[in-house]
Amino acid sequence: MIEIDNVHKRLGDRDILRGLTLRVPKGVNFVLMGPSGTGKSVTLKHVIGIFRPDQGDLRVDGQDVAAMNRSELMNLRKRMGYLFQNGALINWLSVAENVALPLKEHGRLPKSELDERVHQVLKLVGMDHAARQSPSDISGGMKLRAGLARALITRPEYVLYDEPNAGLDPIISQQIHELIAEVRDTLSVTGLIVTHSRACATQCGDRIGILEDGRLGVEGSVDEIVASEHPLARAFMGEGAD
Amino acid sequence: MNPLAATTRLIHARTSDAGYVCGLMLRTAMALPRLHHRLRFLLDNAFNAGVRALPVTLIVAAFAGAILAMQTGIELRRFGDTAVLGTITALSMCREMGPFITGVILAATVGSSIAAELGTMKVSDEVDALEVMSIDPIDYLVLPRVIALAVMCPTLTVLSNLIGIYGGSIIAEQNLGVAPDLYWVSAIEALTSSGTLVPKEVYVGLLKSLVFGVTIATVSCAAGLRASGGALGVGLAVQTAVRNSVILIIVLGFVITWFFYFLA
Repeated sequence: MIEIDNVHKRLGDRDILRGLTLRVPKGVNFVLMGPSGTGKSVTLKHVIGIFRPDQGDLRVDGQDVAAMNRSELMNLRKRMGYLFQNGALINWLSVAENVALPLKEHGRLPKSELDERVHQVLKLVGMDHAARQSPSDISGGMKLRAGLARALITRPEYVLYDEPNAGLDPIISQQIHELIAEVRDTLSVTGLIVTHSRACATQCGDRIGILEDGRLGVEGSVDEIVASEHPLARAFMGEGAD
Repeated sequence: MNPLAATTRLIHARTSDAGYVCGLMLRTAMALPRLHHRLRFLLDNAFNAGVRALPVTLIVAAFAGAILAMQTGIELRRFGDTAVLGTITALSMCREMGPFITGVILAATVGSSIAAELGTMKVSDEVDALEVMSIDPIDYLVLPRVIALAVMCPTLTVLSNLIGIYGGSIIAEQNLGVAPDLYWVSAIEALTSSGTLVPKEVYVGLLKSLVFGVTIATVSCAAGLRASGGALGVGLAVQTAVRNSVILIIVLGFVITWFFYFLA
């Protein structure tokens, strides 16, 4: 479970998070929405320990992330996957090498087993045909799917998705949404998804929270938020949103 | 704006930059035991640095040696003392010109490329992606680049010294009427007169180039890793990398010369 309690964060001369509190129970996809600049991606970076809160508590499975030293953080990150907006693939490695990178670096598996795992996970995201291609030769949607394969290869308990459909056409977006839901259902992965997309929230999410001024403005199940009359919920989930 | 506040802010920013570079150098040194995991990247980086900088370095070194011989020769001819031209060219190239030329060219070609590459990775979240995979970016990105330049800068300096001295010999023979034998004998004597296994002029020059290589790579990696704000940020990182590298090359060159020729 991810527990965020009264977290504040100032970056430069701006207060990004101003007392954010939320809970992400195990096995659910929690969708975090909100206007640009309200701290959605900053929240994800706190959860994985790239940022530390100026004030407040952040715990994953009861462990205080802010108090972790480097080696404890590395252990935590081995249990997490992170899908960046554009996949964030390393440009000089092939798709397969990118996907294999987390396991190869930590030397956990013999080569044959590593190749098998890479093949399995690329097949799961529908990218097994592009294993040898370079990231610069594939489309945005393929980069995202390769990024997701890389996030999943360590068999994480949590996956953090940072705008998984940004800049994608509706067909590719739909495929990514199905993939995120499938990951939750088949691998029992807990997801924290940052998005602006109503379709993404309704198709992948179990619960939705909408940020406003650096804190949670409204939160509930997908049905509750869709039916809510709260202005934020209407703006992001009402008719005509997306 | 209050000039005192602006100056204080500038000093704070520069001190913070310097602190980051020193910290990066320290963390890179601490990552050295893991270098054997990075041999492929190390060789790729060394090859790229060498190949990218070699043609320019050789052309500039040849002309620098020629200019040095020409300018010095004009004055020496007035005193009828052109026989020492080989000595002066060899000493100047090995002590100062060779390392300096190589350093500046590496800063402009390889340093700028390192800053652009790492800056682009930083602004497109690739560095954060390494962090979240529990891969230390210092170990993965910085270490192979620093070691590659630490090896390639002295290597290119040796070539640059040889080509510079050769460039001087052409001018000495063609324009100043110095016999090639005389030029080369005086050059070799100047470089071997200290009686040590590796002549002082050579090892001080090579030490300088080693320091320059490490400095250029670290400063450029630091600029790239601190880039922010998209393409504009990457451009600023490249500018910062080249500017700081060139300033440090001159300052450190002075300090090393002063230490070995005046203090030690």
